[in-house]
Amino acid sequence: MELLEVKNLRTYFDTQEGEYKAVDDASFSLNYGEALGLVGESGCGKTTCALSIAKLLPKEGRVKGGEIFLEGIDVVKLSDEKVREKRWKEVSIIFQGAMNALNPVMRVGDQIAEAIVLHENIKKEEALKRAGDLFELVEMPRERIKNYPHEFSGGMKQRAMIAMALALNPKLVIGDEPTTALDVMVQAQILNLLEKLRKELNMGLILITHDLSILSETCDKIAVMYAGKVVESGTVDDIFKHTSHPYTQRLIACFPNVGKDKEIPDEIKGTPPNMFNPPTGCSFHPRCHMAIEICKVKEPPAVSLGSSHCSFCHRAKEIFNG
Amino acid sequence: MKWTMRKRKMKAFGKAVYRNKMAFTGAVILLLFILVAIFGPILIPFSTMDFGEVEDILNPPSKAHLLGTDDMGRDVLANLISGARISLIIGGVATFISMGIGTLIGICSGYFGKGIDNALMRFTDFFLVIPWLPLMMVLAAILGTSLLNIIFVIGITGWAGTARVVRSQTLSVRERPFVERAVSLGAGSGHIMARHILPNVFPLVFANTVLVAAVAIVSETTLSFLGLGDPSTASWGMMLHYAFESGSTSAGAYWYYLPPGICVVLVVLSFTLLGYAFDEILNPKLRKR
Amino acid sequence: MDKNIIEVKDLKVHFEVKKSFSQDVLGKGKKLLRAIDGISLNIREGEIYSLVGESGCGKTTTGKALLGLVKPTSGKVLYKGADINNLDKHKAKDFRRKAQMIYQDPYQSMNPRDTIMDIVAEALDVNHLVKTEKERTERVNEALVQAGLFPPKDYSYRYPHELSGGQRQRVVIAGAIIMNPEFIVADEPVSMLDASIRTGILKLMLDLREKEKLTYLFITHDLSLSWLVSDRIAIMYLGKIMEEGLSDDIIKRGLHPYTKALTAIMPIPGAKRKEKRDVLPGEAPNPLMEVTGCKFASRCPIAKPICLKEEPQLREVAKGHFCACHFV
Repeated sequence: MELLEVKNLRTYFDTQEGEYKAVDDASFSLNYGEALGLVGESGCGKTTCALSIAKLLPKEGRVKGGEIFLEGIDVVKLSDEKVREKRWKEVSIIFQGAMNALNPVMRVGDQIAEAIVLHENIKKEEALKRAGDLFELVEMPRERIKNYPHEFSGGMKQRAMIAMALALNPKLVIGDEPTTALDVMVQAQILNLLEKLRKELNMGLILITHDLSILSETCDKIAVMYAGKVVESGTVDDIFKHTSHPYTQRLIACFPNVGKDKEIPDEIKGTPPNMFNPPTGCSFHPRCHMAIEICKVKEPPAVSLGSSHCSFCHRAKEIFNG
Repeated sequence: MKWTMRKRKMKAFGKAVYRNKMAFTGAVILLLFILVAIFGPILIPFSTMDFGEVEDILNPPSKAHLLGTDDMGRDVLANLISGARISLIIGGVATFISMGIGTLIGICSGYFGKGIDNALMRFTDFFLVIPWLPLMMVLAAILGTSLLNIIFVIGITGWAGTARVVRSQTLSVRERPFVERAVSLGAGSGHIMARHILPNVFPLVFANTVLVAAVAIVSETTLSFLGLGDPSTASWGMMLHYAFESGSTSAGAYWYYLPPGICVVLVVLSFTLLGYAFDEILNPKLRKR
Repeated sequence: MDKNIIEVKDLKVHFEVKKSFSQDVLGKGKKLLRAIDGISLNIREGEIYSLVGESGCGKTTTGKALLGLVKPTSGKVLYKGADINNLDKHKAKDFRRKAQMIYQDPYQSMNPRDTIMDIVAEALDVNHLVKTEKERTERVNEALVQAGLFPPKDYSYRYPHELSGGQRQRVVIAGAIIMNPEFIVADEPVSMLDASIRTGILKLMLDLREKEKLTYLFITHDLSLSWLVSDRIAIMYLGKIMEEGLSDDIIKRGLHPYTKALTAIMPIPGAKRKEKRDVLPGEAPNPLMEVTGCKFASRCPIAKPICLKEEPQLREVAKGHFCACHFV
């Protein structure tokens, strides 16, 4: 049984202007101890996927279709009460800019202890001890649980957030752009840490980012999203060495590669589609350099290119082969 | 091209007011009062100076006099309508003076900082700390109770709060990157204050203005009620003053003292409703398209 | 191409930091933030010179100092041989016209209440460079087209929030080039944009360099990005330059321990890492603390006692390649 299986997820938001199709058919899976990179540009729906899995959607958001199997149980169909039990214990999220989510007038250790006490029936002292353990796990000195957030640097705050996410030994941790606001050196430290924890705790890790280049080092699998859909998914090698989708091709080219020539590729002309009224056929066709007639009318099917490799493009096999 | 843009802006503004229930209600009430103030006197056959006979004194509402007569036999409704004009004008002009002074001081203080900021803020503190009503009463007593003086007194005492609020908004706008960009392009202080600080402070100023206007109208009413208003004008406050002085209140002539009071409340309410909703309307980002 | 358009000589920019009330009462001395602590560099006409470093290293302050937006505590900034902080009024205005800045945040660097027309025209308005409305509109439209926003009338009467991030950044560029500048400081111009949009902006900047004969100071924290666009790179740490040279020299033949640490963690798309990343421990120290000797010593893997006592000077270790380290 896989740790996580997302099948044809559709999450829409009810707004004044209509239904916003944030996620419009996304499928991916993850096993214990594996790391999945969910990559795409702003507005592609990756954060919404994460919120759907952790059942943290705002009130306007609703899962309109598909299934999310967490350890075999479809969390979409769970009642609110059951969800509250599961939350933070099975799945926890490290949000973007999470370090700013720390309460400035409370000691950091207390905040972690608070999260523990809310879910488990243990005394505060015990919870504080666990907080200290967690700090050591994220490579920070134990005594610092007594500090306030402003006494921490950016990197340390992020480590504290990771500690909080691990407080209840979740099986799946979702990091939504966990390193975006950090310096490159600190980013590398945090990524190292996440890798170490994943191996030690046999945790599933979903790393959501717009930075494709950091994924190849940290993840086993990658799912590329565009306009609410997963357009290509597979192992790191599948995606980088046997790219089979025009968007993936163009996206990879956008990240500087010091191992290759100094070439600045053309930008992908146009803007992401209107999610209230997505285009017919393939949602990427207006911007695709390989679009043909069928792309405008028919949505591309899932083309299997290997045991783990899947691409949603009418010309996937063509791109795969050459 | 600029005109079509302006028309588009105004249309969007009108639409936004319509959509926001509070603003719409406030706007409707205020508009009604303004229309009445402008056109009212034409509709009423009575002049405010039509003194009646003795038997006309303090008559309750009837077909001839819709709101009855006052202690001098004059039609209450006519007085109410002309009072609308007076009260709104006084309130409006005084507010204008207050907002003008407050905004100017607030922006200069926030933008220049250091010595100028300190000096201006101590000056503002003085006006903030002194109790508003005694100050107005003293000033009115010294300067006399003409219409202009009343407007001056209210204007002079109402700017301090605005100055503080504008100053803190200025401090925050001043740090934003587009101000630095303007400096790097060679802009002088005047350009920055007028083109960048003021427009970004304006929504706040406007929201504040309507609240200050409410206070101005109440101030005028209060002063007049206490006998410090201009006796030759028939503002709502003066009506209340005469109503009280002539004993109409104890005589139970509710048609004399209730209407002006209710009018003041309604106008103040309309300003307050508008004030609450204005920032949302005036900020182009928050406007729903 | 060999003429130096910018020369910086031993520039230091120190900021006095406000003391807290209690420190004031206790009479403690003023705290000094050493944003730039003695740097010298030259930028040649027509080149793209990158300043790379982590946050707090002083690169943004350097950009501002080169435009005269920040006054030096000591040292000089020369533009075509003239000290920019000692110009007469007329020459100062001229300099303001010739040296422009492109900001990082396309969301905050424009007044949300101004139309695009007003934003781009601001440079003209402030310097009284146009006399008629027609002329103003024409010049703005021209700049918008040059920045890739075509047709210009689709953009000029809109507000910033109606445009995408990439379009906004083009507006910022249009606002900078409308004055026909010679030197542009670009402070992280693409870091807030999506990857697929970045390339468009970078291509535009390079295009303009060719067409308008511009020189750029490109400030970024992304080493691989600086490699992609620049001719030369300077690595900054805590207000000092650690290494400077051609972009290939820095990336492929970096000598300073800090440069090596940065290149070691540079992600290469598609490459799997075999062992753990070789990261430096800790974070950059607080620029408020006074450091004797080499600024990098506290985190340097090859630091020796001499590094804590004596500050290494930037010296030429190969042609055009400078490094500030005792052991290189």
